[in-house]
Amino acid sequence: MDWIMTVDHKKIAILYLWAGGLFFGIGGIEALLIRWQLIKPMNDFVDAQTFNELITMHGTTMIFLGVMPIIFALMNAVIPLQIGARDVAFPFLNALGFWTFLFGGLLLNLSWMMGGAPDAGWTSYTPLSGTAYSGTHGVDFYTIGLQIAGLGTLIGGINFLATIITMRAPGMSFMRMPMFAWTTFITSAIILFAFPAITVGLVLLTFDRILGANFFVPGGGGSPVLWQHIFWIFGHPEVYILILPAFGIISEVIPTFARKRLFGYSSMVFATILIAFLGFMVWAHHMFTTGLGPVANALFAVSTMLIAVPTGIKIFNWLFTLWGGSVRFATPNLFASGFIPTFTMGGVTGVMLASAPADFQFHDTYFVVAHFHYVIVGGLVMGLFAGLHYWWPKMFGRMLSETLGKWTFWTFITGFHLTFFVQHFLGLMGMQRRVFTYLPNQHFDLLNLVSTIGAGLMGAGMLLFLANVWITSRKPMDAGGDPWEDGRTLEWSIPSPPPEYNFKQTPLVRGLDAFWKEKMAGNKGMTPAEPIGSIHMPSATPLPFIMSVGIFIAGLGFMFSRDQFVSGFVSFLFNNYIVTALGLLITFGAMLVRSLYDDHGWHIEPEELEGR
Amino acid sequence: MMRTWQSARRLLPLIAVFGMVLAGCGREDLSVLRPQGPAAESSLGLMKLAISIMIVVLLIVFSIAAYVMIRFRRKPGQNGIPEQTHGSFKLEVLWTVIPLILVIVLAVPTVRTVFALGDNHSGDKNAIKVKVTGHQYWWEFEYPDYGIKTAQDLIIPAGKDIAFELTTNDVLHSFWVPSLSGKIDTNPTGATNRFSFSAPKEGVFRGKCAELCGPSHGFMEFKVKAVSNDEFNQWIEAQKAPAVLPEDPALAKTFKEQCLKCHAVGDQGLSVGPNLTGIGSRESVAGILLNDDTRQDGAPVEENLKTWLHDTQGVKPGNLMPDPKQDMGLSDDEIDRIAEYLAGYKLN
Ligand code: HEM
Ligand SMILES: [Cu+2]
Repeated sequence: MDWIMTVDHKKIAILYLWAGGLFFGIGGIEALLIRWQLIKPMNDFVDAQTFNELITMHGTTMIFLGVMPIIFALMNAVIPLQIGARDVAFPFLNALGFWTFLFGGLLLNLSWMMGGAPDAGWTSYTPLSGTAYSGTHGVDFYTIGLQIAGLGTLIGGINFLATIITMRAPGMSFMRMPMFAWTTFITSAIILFAFPAITVGLVLLTFDRILGANFFVPGGGGSPVLWQHIFWIFGHPEVYILILPAFGIISEVIPTFARKRLFGYSSMVFATILIAFLGFMVWAHHMFTTGLGPVANALFAVSTMLIAVPTGIKIFNWLFTLWGGSVRFATPNLFASGFIPTFTMGGVTGVMLASAPADFQFHDTYFVVAHFHYVIVGGLVMGLFAGLHYWWPKMFGRMLSETLGKWTFWTFITGFHLTFFVQHFLGLMGMQRRVFTYLPNQHFDLLNLVSTIGAGLMGAGMLLFLANVWITSRKPMDAGGDPWEDGRTLEWSIPSPPPEYNFKQTPLVRGLDAFWKEKMAGNKGMTPAEPIGSIHMPSATPLPFIMSVGIFIAGLGFMFSRDQFVSGFVSFLFNNYIVTALGLLITFGAMLVRSLYDDHGWHIEPEELEGR
Repeated sequence: MMRTWQSARRLLPLIAVFGMVLAGCGREDLSVLRPQGPAAESSLGLMKLAISIMIVVLLIVFSIAAYVMIRFRRKPGQNGIPEQTHGSFKLEVLWTVIPLILVIVLAVPTVRTVFALGDNHSGDKNAIKVKVTGHQYWWEFEYPDYGIKTAQDLIIPAGKDIAFELTTNDVLHSFWVPSLSGKIDTNPTGATNRFSFSAPKEGVFRGKCAELCGPSHGFMEFKVKAVSNDEFNQWIEAQKAPAVLPEDPALAKTFKEQCLKCHAVGDQGLSVGPNLTGIGSRESVAGILLNDDTRQDGAPVEENLKTWLHDTQGVKPGNLMPDPKQDMGLSDDEIDRIAEYLAGYKLN
């Protein structure tokens, strides 16, 4: 109950973490099933239809439901602390964002149990994703589930923008903001501009499928290429939504463990902004083989290659942060150090893909599968591991085991390269992606076997991490406020886990790496910017949860509005949109309660603060 | 010591890249790395340029990474605070400008090749025109200048430019013959794509569908058969000849009534399903049952036809052909005799 009603950003962070862990686990199991099917030619472990459902759900789950909430978990746990705030700008919305996200994700995954998962790939290209070729409700679960989950992401993004713009501690100018806060800020801005595109796309596709519209149906005058544009105008920025926070994490971890400030801070900020900007200009590089013509292909090829420049700046800045440092390889830094070469390998294949005539060969083959896993798994997932190990003591007050952490790292990275490195060659040797099996004697057999073995190792690495989490949860809460000893930013200046109000007194920021600066000046903690006073806190409330349940019910109701059920009464309820209306009623009712009932929150008084 | 070994290990994949690219791996009729025509060669040319630049970049990054991680490792008892450098304007400009130059080096030939490959030969008198239509899960090839259609095996004269016009009849597919050329999508009519390639050498090349198109997407294969000019002309003539039907009139009747309501042979039948004219001399049945009985993964044509007709869904899940036994009411014996007839239906 406590968890359902909470509006505390630190608890919402933990909720995001568990939800992300759940979906990441589901996506991971799907990945292992896919790899098991491909272990040898003409395997019949799963059938063709199930395989397509598996790749679709694996991709969709991983991109939208697996890594995204873990990113949000870290942002929620860290951002208010890093900028010296007591919470996010809109705690109520923060909770609402989480619950809509969770219910959207649950809806999507219900499809496995309710007559068939989506099967048109995570890109859902039409006409394959239209009712004519995808007859189950699978794609409806995709459109409506993602719509609801996307709402949560959008709410979260806007919230972080507002938080970072308005709630920085005194003295923290934008150019004194930690890198992770910067990348969160830019990521949120990308969310703000990119998510509306997919929202519109999903609405139109829903109309095509449920109301019989023809936006993307060729026979009715619609255009499948239009869907590709809409999808990728969202989809390309989406990859930057994923990778920029990882860049932020690496930029926090490396300076801490090198005991040096980040090299070229302002060029890092500039590079981040540039990457975000270019990220919006290059969507058609996913469509080189669609037949846009040489002019479009040339333009999009060149603009894509340009992204290599700011990315290169980042890589070298990280390397030169280590240069001359006193580098300690604790688990977070192991992951960060593994990130640099691995991510670079994903980056260079990205530049290769940008060369359009070469992409005519790479596109839709295992080369591409290798490339984006190098970026997403080798980059983002490694970054998240670095971040989780790094901030775990701050979030939970307990240090993860270093021994197990190192084992996790070595198992995971070995498995990762085994799985995905060979896939570059599979692609070049003629293996297209999204195939449920392949004929023998094409020289694909051995490399596929190697890849599957690697996937098993990665799975083992994940299990080691889970074991670490479980073992750690039974240890006493004894992590200090600055457990890595070299913490540089504000979150390390308060106890682990932080009290409900974060900062007893808002700190005064006197430079970049504010806490480090105070430590170097010989101070024990931050200089406060205000006297101790009464702290205003928002009240816990079940309304965000109830609103999300309402949307969930409305979504289900709309999806089945054309179906005939065994019971005539149930059909009546669905076909007349009564279920949909009921769901919306719950949501709007909760909104009404929220507007009518004025909740002023509560206060923590100075006596109580001083009490301990 | 341990560290040195680890950083050396990081270089192993690179050495492997070089090794495998140089050795040229994969099957000659299938691999991007062993191009058999000018289009695939120009793609590979760019790929080689890109990979060389990228390997240089990787070598630099890996060496610096290995160096800093070994050299600046915190030693036991080392407790000092290193100098807090801010950055270096010179260095930062350096690693902005160098990547920019590398990008330009790659961008110029990229743009040039994009326009070169954009040349589609559709107005070229000497080019052979072929209309490609993708279907779930088979390929139709029409030669408008000769008024003939075929399926699964694309026969072309070696050395000539082939001007393609590509569409789909249902969902999106992508037409790809890795050893001859990059791929191009088949969009519905209205967004018809054009492109061209040529195969200088005679031979059979493997083609694939590269866009997810349903359960049997992975089985939507085809063959490109480049033959001599004479052979090509003979094939055209044979293809135009009147249909050969089963000798047994009863079987001919069944075949016409049941099979020709979708398929065509010679001048008879419809083109809802793949054209069957001369199927006995094709490279494969259904695109994936290889008719090469000298190889362990192939079987005689007749056997493949029987496999297909007795279990179409088993061979290609989700395909749209009705089941001969269940849906068309043919007996096992009729099916076997139709297979036998089709196996004997050869051109030349
Ligand atoms: C254990 C780790 C993983 C393994 C073994 C794995 C394996 C695979 C495989 C075999 C495919 C199918 C390729 C195809 O035929 O199209 C695939 C697709 C995909 N994977 Fe992963 N994957 C892993 C983790 C991830 C993660 C963490 C993400 C993202 C955060 C991800 C994102 C995707 C996407 C977007 C697709 C494309 C799905 C589609 O084609 O619609 N994967 N993965
Ligand atoms: Cu296909």
